[in-house]
Amino acid sequence: MSGERDVLPELSIDLTPTLVVSTALATMDPTPVHHDPALARAQGSKDIFLNILTTMGLVERYVTDWAGPAAVIRRIDVRLGVPAYAGDRLSFTGKVVSRADGELTVEVRGAVSLGDHAVGAVTLTLPEGEDPC
Amino acid sequence: MKLTDEELHELAAKQTALGELRGTPAADPVNVPMIRHWLAAMGDENPAYLERGLAPPAMAQVWTMPGLRDRPKDRSPVDDLMAALDASGYTGVVATNCEQVHHRYARVGEVLTPATRFTGLAGPKRTALGVGFFATWTVTWYAGDDEPVAEMMFRVLKFRPREKKPKREPYPLRPAVNQDTAFFWEGVRQGELRVQSCADCGLPRHPPGPLCPQCRSANRSYAVASGHGSLYSYVVHHRPPVPGRETPFVVGVVELPEGVRVVGNIVDCPIEEVAVGMPLRVTYRTMDDELVLPMWTPGEP
Repeated sequence: MSGERDVLPELSIDLTPTLVVSTALATMDPTPVHHDPALARAQGSKDIFLNILTTMGLVERYVTDWAGPAAVIRRIDVRLGVPAYAGDRLSFTGKVVSRADGELTVEVRGAVSLGDHAVGAVTLTLPEGEDPC
Repeated sequence: MKLTDEELHELAAKQTALGELRGTPAADPVNVPMIRHWLAAMGDENPAYLERGLAPPAMAQVWTMPGLRDRPKDRSPVDDLMAALDASGYTGVVATNCEQVHHRYARVGEVLTPATRFTGLAGPKRTALGVGFFATWTVTWYAGDDEPVAEMMFRVLKFRPREKKPKREPYPLRPAVNQDTAFFWEGVRQGELRVQSCADCGLPRHPPGPLCPQCRSANRSYAVASGHGSLYSYVVHHRPPVPGRETPFVVGVVELPEGVRVVGNIVDCPIEEVAVGMPLRVTYRTMDDELVLPMWTPGEP
């Protein structure tokens, strides 16, 4: 369970203001701290930052990029940490921590310059013979 | 209304007992344009969704987000408790956990309806952000009448933000800090009462100055005084008014066992009890964000 094939390739995402704003729009979240830098700063934030729906979407994307289109996501558990600000970079790492009856659990860590933005686990099932490991 | 910690737990128990409350169905059915927009924004190139007419599972909540439009607010067991936490001083909020269970993927054309139940309040707990409560609730999205498609547990920390110290008005009087006196004020900053002494003959002197009155040496040193003394003489100042001070106040000449006398205010002592010869010890008063002054308070001989 600790071979190199159980380790997911890293994924680094530049958190451009465009990404922060377009994901806020795509998740139907008009909260100003996700698109209005002046207002975000007035509330004590460094800049606009990712909303939680986007964090969940990016964790999902990170795992399915690796697992392939046949994967079926069953659970996404995320412990939220430091904010992911525009201008920072979100780097995902992950590894398979359990595999039983076609069900895989992948541990995921999404780090930014301030520390861990999201740490969690994604559980998915794969049709037989589709295990990416 | 401000509630005690017990009352907050009672309210939480009441909200939990309400069970699951249904919200308003999604404004739009699960649809391809919103899925396409989401995938592009996320940089998600998984072809499975659009090929099979399925929604990315992490989109579950997106279908029932109110967006910019004002929609009638759903009755939710969470709102009352959040309002009570705000009113009780726990105004800070930060999300700590989000856990999604996906029973199946929502299909294009389905209309999802959310239902919310409050599941627990824990606290008060001491956290890095301040003392707070962890509030947890679960939203389930149903397709049709009662087929759950996805569930999401959400936990937030409602905390009492640490109070920022109000900035003090600057104290209007400043001591004269110069080459001769800098060591003294540096000592005050460190909580030391420094008395200048001659580096050649050792005579202590105060107030500080450039030359030793005994041997004329310009070599200076200092010693840290014990901070004890006795009142040699004093006046009670009634008027004129002094900026930044309330009258009357006592200005004393304090005799130190180190062999010098220093001038300072006598504080923490009713004026009628101030008496020549009384034992004193030094105390440090913070006058504003920068200035600390040494003063004298009744003490052991």
